[in-house]
Amino acid sequence: MATATAKSSTGSAEFADDPVNRDLDTDTKIGFYRAMVRIRHFEQTALKHYQQEKMGGFLHLYIGQEAVAVGTISLCGDNDHIITAYRDHGHALAVGMSMEECMAELFGKRTGCSKGKGGSMHFFAPDKNYWGGHGIVGGQTPLGAGLAFALKYKGLKGACLCYLGDGAVNQGAYHESLNLAALWNLPVIYIIENNMYSMGTSQARSSAYPSCLAERAEGYGMNWDLFNGESVYEIRAKLKPHLDRAHDDHLPSILEIATYRYYGHSVADANAKKYRSKEEIEKYQNEHDPIKVWENILIDEGVFEADDAKEINRAAKDEADASARYADNSPLPDVSEITDDVYYEVDKGTEAGRTGRHFFND
Amino acid sequence: MRTITYREAIREALAEEIERDENVFLIGEEVAQYNGAYKVTEGLWKKYGDKRVIDAPISEAGFLGMGIGASMLGLRPVMELMFWSFCYVAMDQLMNNASSVRYMSGGLIHCPIVVRGPANGGTNVGATHSHTPENIFANMPGLKVVCPATPYDAKGLMKSAIRDNDPVYVMESTVLYGQTGEVPDNDEIEGGELIVPLGVADVKRQGDDITLVAHGRAVLTCLEAAAILADEHDIEAEVVDLRSIRPLDQDTILESVRKTGRAIVVEENKPFCGIGAQIAYLIQHEAFDDLDAPVLRLSSIDAPAIYSPPVEKKQLPYPSQIVDKALSIC
Repeated sequence: MATATAKSSTGSAEFADDPVNRDLDTDTKIGFYRAMVRIRHFEQTALKHYQQEKMGGFLHLYIGQEAVAVGTISLCGDNDHIITAYRDHGHALAVGMSMEECMAELFGKRTGCSKGKGGSMHFFAPDKNYWGGHGIVGGQTPLGAGLAFALKYKGLKGACLCYLGDGAVNQGAYHESLNLAALWNLPVIYIIENNMYSMGTSQARSSAYPSCLAERAEGYGMNWDLFNGESVYEIRAKLKPHLDRAHDDHLPSILEIATYRYYGHSVADANAKKYRSKEEIEKYQNEHDPIKVWENILIDEGVFEADDAKEINRAAKDEADASARYADNSPLPDVSEITDDVYYEVDKGTEAGRTGRHFFND
Repeated sequence: MRTITYREAIREALAEEIERDENVFLIGEEVAQYNGAYKVTEGLWKKYGDKRVIDAPISEAGFLGMGIGASMLGLRPVMELMFWSFCYVAMDQLMNNASSVRYMSGGLIHCPIVVRGPANGGTNVGATHSHTPENIFANMPGLKVVCPATPYDAKGLMKSAIRDNDPVYVMESTVLYGQTGEVPDNDEIEGGELIVPLGVADVKRQGDDITLVAHGRAVLTCLEAAAILADEHDIEAEVVDLRSIRPLDQDTILESVRKTGRAIVVEENKPFCGIGAQIAYLIQHEAFDDLDAPVLRLSSIDAPAIYSPPVEKKQLPYPSQIVDKALSIC
């Protein structure tokens, strides 16, 4: 398999000296650790409550991939924007959304980030430059080009990080987006989080490609790279030049980041343990877990000690548990609110919203 | 009052909105340097330049989705489909992203886009190029659909659509682009510009005996039928032009039916789950006691659009059919 498979359990420590990493202070490094740990505990807690039937629908867990969202988003500035697919909890927490609003959304509560109207796959926080959370595989990729188009149109120095999975790379909308991004020099960076499985179908059984999925960029004359996603240092170091090119020259890129999910495509994935071996999963958990990798780096660097890591984990678990209690105790949306948030003009009570019949319930 | 064509009326609306709001831009296949496949955007690229009038590759899912994404950051793209028949390759963008992004975000986002282009049969281009998908999109909450029949309405509705903060799908007609009609100059209008609000129907002809409800080109067919009914049968038909499918002006429909007691809903769409089905339901539900006859429908013959030019004319509603239907209940 021609992906950048995990290299070492110490996770590319050589990138620590990259200009984007060497001046990181202790608090920031610990902050990355805390951010990843919070994502993991949030999702583990969500899984527990999913199994207790506190929520419905799908639950696509990001566990195992945390360094990708935390590492990439850590480089984003005020005019950088984020959009992803349905495995969206990690990015949501990484941009600064609260566990409470996210957990309440999973529970289908009015206090959820989308008032219980979006669910697991549809988290949004435009105030944090986070544009979802999109359920259809590849459907968000033209939107990502559009966010980049708008930045350029407005003369802002920014970029859009548009995430997709390795299973999305064969969708037509994605290829149309690549063509537009390259044709018009849109500052969008497509980040393929390659967890090796398109639901239950391996990359080898689903995609035709030269050496890797990102290399398809050659066909559009775009920059690309392939790298390992277990180290925050490496992710930041490898993203930075592409982000700079997007900011300075409006150039798009495709970055393929090798990663791994420990759980099934979703929690409802009946064959989660059939299309790959237990040994494969354990190998990643033991040798390439992004949180363990980062923890080891920080301990090696003397940034913190094992006990500090434990304390951060304990706090994150407490926060996640508290968010579940908050979600459980929150009110459901009222049936009368089903037809709110459909039309802007109706919601705002404008003249347009008061003219003509918008809903046809009887 | 001056007379201009339907395509000129749309062009005026586009130009005025480009000048009014820096966030408005046009994008579509051949809209810029080629001057528009149907010349609706003729001259606009030359006048407003690359930033505001953009030629897109043949890539509907790509550029429509891109426009939806750009609208989330405050731009107001007006996106041309060369034919609405091409919408199906972009359906995920049109039916999932544009319609639902506001809802799924609990109202945090809105999507002020316009998608416009011709949606009509009758030009012998076969089944793939003759779609009229207004019923499909009007079925989706979050979307708005308008179908102007006259130059006046085309201009006024287009300006409202561009200013609307929800996604508005404007379905025009290649058959109507060359039709002329009275459209006032802006200096003849109070307020200085022509605005036709969404959700307001228009009574195109007054009559007391039967109501003909239609949208798009079917309105003109109904007006022809109404003239025949008056001249040859002493029946005065009232023609209600919906103009806007969703939001829908049900009051104007019901007011007319309560007066006439009879109604035929005419459309160039297919019959099953067409706009007429919804209107007929609405009339029987709201005005049952005022009806003197069953509500009738007339649509295109229920098959994909036939190519054969003389026969296609008979697949779409034509005046004598409406006359016959009217005589059957009057």
